[in-house]
Amino acid sequence: MTKTVLEVKNLWVEYPARRGVVQAVRGVSFDLCQGETLAFIGESGSGKTTLGLALVRLLPKSARVRQGNILFYQNGRVQDVLALSQEDLRQFRWRDCAMVFQGAQNSFNPVLRVESQFYDTARAHGMTGTAHVKQRAIDLLRMVQLDPNRVFRSFPHELSGGMRQRVLIALGLLLQPQVIILDEPTTALDILTQRSIIEVLRKLKKELDFSLIFISHDLSLAAELADRVATVYAGTIVEIGGVYDIFERARHPYTQALTHSVPTVTGDLRDLTSIPGSPPDLIVLPPGCAFHPRCPFATQRCKEQEPPLEPVGEGQFAACWNWREAMNKT
Amino acid sequence: MPDKRQPVVELVHLSRTFEQRGMLVKAVDDVTLAVNEGEVVCLVGESGCGKTTTGKMIAGLIRPSGGEIRYNGQDIWRMDAAQFRKYRMAVQLIHQDPYASLNPAHSVFRILSAPLLEHKIASNPQAARDRVRELLMMVDLTPPDDFLDKYPHQLSGGQRQRVSVARALTVVPSVIVADEAVSMVDVSIRVSLLNTLRKLKERLGVTYVFITHDLAVAKHFAWEGRVAVMYLGRMVEVAHTPQLVNHPQHPYTQALLSAIPEPDPRITRTKERVQLRSLDVPSLLNLPPGCSFHPRCPRFEAGLCDVMVPELMEVGTATRVACHVVTREAAHALRDGHTTSLPPAAP
Repeated sequence: MTKTVLEVKNLWVEYPARRGVVQAVRGVSFDLCQGETLAFIGESGSGKTTLGLALVRLLPKSARVRQGNILFYQNGRVQDVLALSQEDLRQFRWRDCAMVFQGAQNSFNPVLRVESQFYDTARAHGMTGTAHVKQRAIDLLRMVQLDPNRVFRSFPHELSGGMRQRVLIALGLLLQPQVIILDEPTTALDILTQRSIIEVLRKLKKELDFSLIFISHDLSLAAELADRVATVYAGTIVEIGGVYDIFERARHPYTQALTHSVPTVTGDLRDLTSIPGSPPDLIVLPPGCAFHPRCPFATQRCKEQEPPLEPVGEGQFAACWNWREAMNKT
Repeated sequence: MPDKRQPVVELVHLSRTFEQRGMLVKAVDDVTLAVNEGEVVCLVGESGCGKTTTGKMIAGLIRPSGGEIRYNGQDIWRMDAAQFRKYRMAVQLIHQDPYASLNPAHSVFRILSAPLLEHKIASNPQAARDRVRELLMMVDLTPPDDFLDKYPHQLSGGQRQRVSVARALTVVPSVIVADEAVSMVDVSIRVSLLNTLRKLKERLGVTYVFITHDLAVAKHFAWEGRVAVMYLGRMVEVAHTPQLVNHPQHPYTQALLSAIPEPDPRITRTKERVQLRSLDVPSLLNLPPGCSFHPRCPRFEAGLCDVMVPELMEVGTATRVACHVVTREAAHALRDGHTTSLPPAAP
């Protein structure tokens, strides 16, 4: 798990709006290794979806990528996604990197059967031979625990939300991409359906060798599936590290509070932390560290200077001036 | 421990069917439950289980097609107009979406003072203003003067939901039906909203019917209360919260609890999972015969579960379960003098 497949360097994305500029992604850097699962967790409006869209250059027209690099490494080649031509980009999407969007219901063409969606995707990316595509589609549908006989000839509306989500995951894997990005893959699904999606993803990861990025507000999903977790706050990564480090030895006060603000169902009642205040407005960010107005460890420095990510442990980085104090308090 | 408190709200064989394209949908089917004064009862279940419809019936917003809702012993749909009006004030509903439930053109003061003046709870605008300030403090929107003249769009989701709670409190309700009241609020502020709601229970003695799809939230909010689990319109298990969470009896409750992903990698990756026989949720338009969980149930017995609809039966202290297999086992254990799968009853 040492081969890097994706490297993002100092990425900035903004949306001009009437009130000012929405700073959705602010200086995000991270890398992703072969076969790794990286989770981005954050609340609504933290910029995590924009980050996902930027990785495949599917941002809305109004968005501006102010600076940054998105480097994909494959077979000894490097390509900067932000510099790709339209045609190269079209090939890059889906073949090298697939994204499954939030709300699986809306990602299908409602008047096409599932099989046509597979054939169309294959044709658009130069995968030929109907029999070959069909075989691969059927294999994938089985892998995501669907009955191909029932699903392949169905229209999207004939499938449940969980089934559609699984079809989309299968479709995303059709061209054997190196990286797959899932945006809120289990949101709005019932618990038992969520469970089946989680199990499917776990199984696929074991059987196929791809890297996975998922974006979610649901900490449990990260706890279930991720190798590494990045906490996103106000458009930037405030902490990144191994899943056990993030859940058990978080150093950033926001990660600490977030992981202790969600109740568990197993075991006795545990004390929950509440975070005062509300998430910031991305147009008028607080000066210094964006979390300082809500942070119990904030000092004068936090109000003036934004802290960079610095190493706080083995493979763990946090952007906090006072992480040592935060560590000693917990 | 038998509860000696009086039931405030009783659901008695409550049912509600809706007609959809000429077909009948049983949204709620034969639900019986007594909610005691000052108690917190959570209605928990997945989408389509009938929890919202039940909540709306409790609030008097939709009329049951069968059974009764009793308030202090009286069927609410047989009340006279004056009594019914009183009932509608005594039972308040908090909706899920604070973006849709507040009038965007009205200030917080106007939203909160309108019911005070309408119901003559406040005799004049000055008294209303004082009361609105008190209400805002009660829901932790402080200092209240910062919020009086704000419009909903100037507030965050969490603050809006607090205004909704304050609005529900204007008419001094004895029962609050909170339908997914914290679901749309970000996790970082969910806890403080839940704490505010809990505090109101202690301060004002409000009875809560708390509707949620999230068992972890139910557990946190109603640890001293009870949880009722619904599946496809029927109540399948009711028990005190610690009992339900730690010793679930109904196979559906067990499956649900075991499936919930936990925000803790060690717990969630080692949790034992109940395997279901099928992932497909049956349609309400075409429910399976017998127990509607039988096509998915790991404890399914042919000739029993697919034939007879199980009634909700007492299987231990204050635990009621609608499952043929579980109730039979409990009865056998009782007959043979064995201890049941339930922990011993409290003295």
